[in-house]
Amino acid sequence: MSKPQRTLKASTITMAHGAGGKAMRDLIEDVFVGTFDNDDLNKLEDQARFELADLQAQGQKLAFTTDSYVVDPVEFPGGDIGTLAVNGTVNDIAVSGAIPKYLSCGMILEEGLEVELLRRIVTSMRQAADEAGVTIVTGDTKVVPKGKGDKIFINTTGIGVIPAGVDISAENCKPGDKIIVNGFVGDHGAAILNARGDLALDVELKTDCQPLHGLVQAMLEVCPELHAVRDASRGGVATVLNEFAESSEVSIRLFENKIPVRDEVRGVCEILGLDALYFANEGKLVAVVPGDQADAVLDVMRAHPAGEGSAIIGEVIEGYAGRVLVQTGFGGERILDMLVGEQLPRIC
Amino acid sequence: MKFVDEFRDPDMAKAILERIHTLVDEIPQAQERPLQIMEVCGGHTHSIFRYGLEELLPDKIELVHGPGCPVCVLPMGRVDDCVAIAEQPNVIFTTFGDAMRVPGSKKSLQQAKAEGCDVRMVYSPMDALALARKHPDKKVVFFGLGFETTMPSTALTVKQAEKEGIKNFYLFCNHITIIPTIKAILDSPDMYIDGFLGPGHVSMVIGQAPYEFISAQYNRPLIISGFEPLDVLQSLLMVLEQLKAGEAKIENQYKRIVPDGGNMQALRAVSDVFELREFFEWRGLGSIDHSGVRIRDGYAQFDAERAFALPNLKIADPKSCQCGEVLKGVIKPWQCKVFGKQCTPETPMGALMVSTEGACSAYYSYGKIDTKNIA
Repeated sequence: MSKPQRTLKASTITMAHGAGGKAMRDLIEDVFVGTFDNDDLNKLEDQARFELADLQAQGQKLAFTTDSYVVDPVEFPGGDIGTLAVNGTVNDIAVSGAIPKYLSCGMILEEGLEVELLRRIVTSMRQAADEAGVTIVTGDTKVVPKGKGDKIFINTTGIGVIPAGVDISAENCKPGDKIIVNGFVGDHGAAILNARGDLALDVELKTDCQPLHGLVQAMLEVCPELHAVRDASRGGVATVLNEFAESSEVSIRLFENKIPVRDEVRGVCEILGLDALYFANEGKLVAVVPGDQADAVLDVMRAHPAGEGSAIIGEVIEGYAGRVLVQTGFGGERILDMLVGEQLPRIC
Repeated sequence: MKFVDEFRDPDMAKAILERIHTLVDEIPQAQERPLQIMEVCGGHTHSIFRYGLEELLPDKIELVHGPGCPVCVLPMGRVDDCVAIAEQPNVIFTTFGDAMRVPGSKKSLQQAKAEGCDVRMVYSPMDALALARKHPDKKVVFFGLGFETTMPSTALTVKQAEKEGIKNFYLFCNHITIIPTIKAILDSPDMYIDGFLGPGHVSMVIGQAPYEFISAQYNRPLIISGFEPLDVLQSLLMVLEQLKAGEAKIENQYKRIVPDGGNMQALRAVSDVFELREFFEWRGLGSIDHSGVRIRDGYAQFDAERAFALPNLKIADPKSCQCGEVLKGVIKPWQCKVFGKQCTPETPMGALMVSTEGACSAYYSYGKIDTKNIA
């Protein structure tokens, strides 16, 4: 199916681009369909349609998830809201052990948005989708009046296929398991904070945004019984670990000096009194692995491009069910709680 | 990381801790009841919890987490005043981040923002001044908060606004001073504090001399201390060494930052712009004479208290709150009637639950209730 041919000449988005008429058709056909360009989408039906047999051949269960993206600023070092919208949803699927297949793309555009910026974001989405091996097969566009949105909000919903025999769940953690992360934590949160520009810090910080399905599949190959995996996006590693501890009714002990944090990120945290364990990541997962297989999983993770900096950062222990403890460099211990409200910088 | 990791060296900490454990057994008064050592500054409280230091100390040492968190001691009436300013038309109200959640009698600044007020988080008063330049049609108000540490930057911002002839910048001054507060604590009848860790950043501005009365009149040692875990441990050791020798001196552990004489330029800017108030209300501690500053007449045009009509009401702390007793070390946070029940970090009643530097919030978040004292 060849792609539709209409072109969008406007340089900014107006209310007309959401009104259902010709202007909207120009926008959809030129910017979205023109860039995402695949048979399912090019048909311009109201929905994408899949052969069940194709999906069934690849696995036993479907994984289905949705996420909305409202990041400010929309472009930042290492990516933009488009890269996030694809990788974020891909990763939510991937950490179930599923192979991500299809995404939808819902866009809410603010009147006045530059079309050039929108084109850049949509191009990033296409690139990220290609990298992750997923197709964007259906979508929706709405335009809201100036001041009623913030440039662009994106929702993506994703479908993936879970191979037979895979059962990854936050409820599976057992005493003796090891906790592994696949590299430096906190890069994305620190990069966004810095990209907002209020801090005027002269440091190079990039988002860690990357798809994780390849890494999870590699881990499953050496350890089919991975206990729990989650991507540590909003709320960071601390939040994921608290969710694990609560769902599995176990306690988790982290070793502070084993947690990989970049010096630049530590610097931002030192200055603002924040904790990198609560910073968002967009390409980091936390895995809970049976203790006797932890080294094998770690090796395969380190050999994967998305896991070069992987490290064992803690263990699942008995007692204090639902609590995450951190052993400090001094051998002292403190509790790592869920974040209350949002992290606010201290004043002095 | 350079200039940080050196002050977090576990081996060195172990060595200091061993000396602390030995020394405390040689101090006679520590054998009768635990020594109470107050860290005045919230920054120290934060470090103590962040690194789990309290757990590593002998039981014969009790740390009392003092009043040095400016967010915590902010009375509800002042938060109400902030909200009242923010609610006026054409106002951009700017504040440091951690003041956003402090509860007023009706709402916090965060709630006011959610209701449509233009409340913005800034990292420095100069950011607020930049907003005033950028929005000449708006009144930009900066919520000046903090001890002598943040006072000079506020003072310099006001002076800069005057120099540039900026007419739409206002300061809502809630700066407070630490010395009268330490004195008030020392004068309170239910106080048993044996020694102090003095605030490092405040001292960087005011120097060592203002503390001398603590040794001269009250016979207590005070060590001006840095904020890294090794700083805190070394300062504790210095307090113990004095107690053992029966001395009470003011010493400076934080020499790499704190000059004995303080920072004259900063002090000059402060005294140019500010003058002492007769008294200032502290949450949990009540009214303390000469413990706050206000803007001098010469800079009246920048004074939000004069430019805006404020409710300026005195709102009593909730009766069940025992922040004051916690601040003075009379009770521990978990002994407060509402701790962890009506008062939690999500729904703080008392000020000490609000900021991560508040003693109650630190105890709650870092789980002291679980690991040590409450089943």
